[in-house]
Amino acid sequence: MSDTEIQIVLLSLRVAGVAILIALPLAFAVAWLFARHDFPGKSVAQALVMLPLVVPPVVTGYGLLVLFGTQGAVGGPLRDWLGVTFAFRWTGAALAAGVMAFPLLVRPIRLSLEAIDPTLPEMAQTLGVGPLRRFSTITLPLALPGLIAGGILGFAKALGEFGATITFVSNVPGETQTLSLAIYSLLQSPQGDAAALRLIGFSVVLALGAVIVSELVQRRLGVGSGDE
Amino acid sequence: MSGALDVDITVRQGAFETRCTFCAQDGITALFGPSGAGKTTALRTIAGLVSGAAGVVRVGGKVLLDSAQGIDVPAEKRRVGFVFQEGRLLPHLSVAANLAYGRHGGRGPSGPALQNMAERLGIGHLLERKPRTLSGGERQRLAIGRALLSDPALLLMDEPLASLDPARRVELLPMIEMVRDEIDIPIVLVSHNVSEVARLAETLVVMDGGRTLAAGSALEIFSCFETDAVLGQGEAGALVEGEVTAIDSEFGIASVDLGGAKLELTQDGFAVGQHVRLRILASDVSLAVGDASAMAGLSIRNRLSAEIQAIAPDLAGGPYAELLLGIREGSLRARVTRKSLVEMELREGQSVTAMIKAVSVERRRSVG
Repeated sequence: MSDTEIQIVLLSLRVAGVAILIALPLAFAVAWLFARHDFPGKSVAQALVMLPLVVPPVVTGYGLLVLFGTQGAVGGPLRDWLGVTFAFRWTGAALAAGVMAFPLLVRPIRLSLEAIDPTLPEMAQTLGVGPLRRFSTITLPLALPGLIAGGILGFAKALGEFGATITFVSNVPGETQTLSLAIYSLLQSPQGDAAALRLIGFSVVLALGAVIVSELVQRRLGVGSGDE
Repeated sequence: MSGALDVDITVRQGAFETRCTFCAQDGITALFGPSGAGKTTALRTIAGLVSGAAGVVRVGGKVLLDSAQGIDVPAEKRRVGFVFQEGRLLPHLSVAANLAYGRHGGRGPSGPALQNMAERLGIGHLLERKPRTLSGGERQRLAIGRALLSDPALLLMDEPLASLDPARRVELLPMIEMVRDEIDIPIVLVSHNVSEVARLAETLVVMDGGRTLAAGSALEIFSCFETDAVLGQGEAGALVEGEVTAIDSEFGIASVDLGGAKLELTQDGFAVGQHVRLRILASDVSLAVGDASAMAGLSIRNRLSAEIQAIAPDLAGGPYAELLLGIREGSLRARVTRKSLVEMELREGQSVTAMIKAVSVERRRSVG
């Protein structure tokens, strides 16, 4: 692989990695809210979280542009106060990837949270175990399979994100041109076939690797505690 | 009044109100009643797992709940061990780690105490296993061990035997008695099994429909009329305690002294000096007017002088009458037909002879 191709792969890994690292705790909080609490407007909130999965990615990208663009309702204040900009930056690509992967993170985490016996924390209370310790010894370990499954699935999705990214932050080589965008660009040019094939091969290997690693980790953890 | 445990609580859940009031000394207190009586709610309130409870809970003088004073100690600070009906083991941890969880969620030191507890509960060889591979009885023993390792000032058990088959039940009963005898804390146990209660309970609290029907010493409460509705007419009877004073090996008879009154039992395996708790069903007691203790020509040898203390009609409106009899120490129950009651002219205060046809031994303990 050429230096440019390695750059593309490294950029894609960084974009997807940052996207999932930031999205995972948020997805856990949302999944916890949905799994354990009832509140007015819950079904609307659930539909909103699932939206990126069903709306055309271009539409999601346009929505991000409107909200997080330099003039956007959120993007403007973020730039002014925190100095964070998204437009045409890899951070924008990470945001797009994170938003698109979010529903895929929430679902498995929510399922594993719902599978936890809700009476266990109460049992821990009678043993004198405080709330933080209850979370770290019961909720977190029992939700781990969902976190891993969601994380891997979301990472694979973030790595291959195309529509929302190109709409939101365009296709800037070295900055926002991730794997899918680079493959698309290479296929547009007459000499690009060989390079495109190498990147395609690499993305297939990466995806397969992710799935295998997730399987191995889950088996190692003895996941699916097996009761009931 | 105050004891090892004082409870006077009122909990409202929807339209259902549960009131539970009792004082208990050390040893086992049984909350007894049919399902839906409010037993589990009472237990959960003592543990601090029910919010909005009114009243008082005191353990060994320490106030856990006093709604008038605005005191409501959170569950994790109450030092009240709880053995749940379904065990509630942590599925992702080994037996050893589940036990260690009793020490501040696995943070405190355990080591020898943990090993020791596991051995005493007979699960020492299972420490590496996962809870899902355990039998029902082993799971309950693990849950008991975990609760005890949290160093509780009070142990609550919600029908610890209900989910077990009869054989496992027989195994677990002595474990509960071991906990009672070796660990000096009061135990409150929920049960709807009469023989369990007759064997284990020092204090008995009878509940039905969210109310406390009777509470006090098991020996007194067992024979009072209020408990009949919950026990069922067939189970109505008295609990008495005594000491084995002599063994007649020629005839295979053991003499038991019930505070002055003497009973003869045929069961084997008694030793002189043993303390026994006996259950005598109302339907196994017949009455004779006057002094029948010397009457010849009767095969029933257990004849106790008694005084009729109270007479109540048959609960089901049937042909029987229920009688409460006072013997030297304690009381007996008898059931006679209403026709006998009239023909024998039985009335309260009258002296009679109680003739006992059958006795079951609920507990025997050698006093060292």
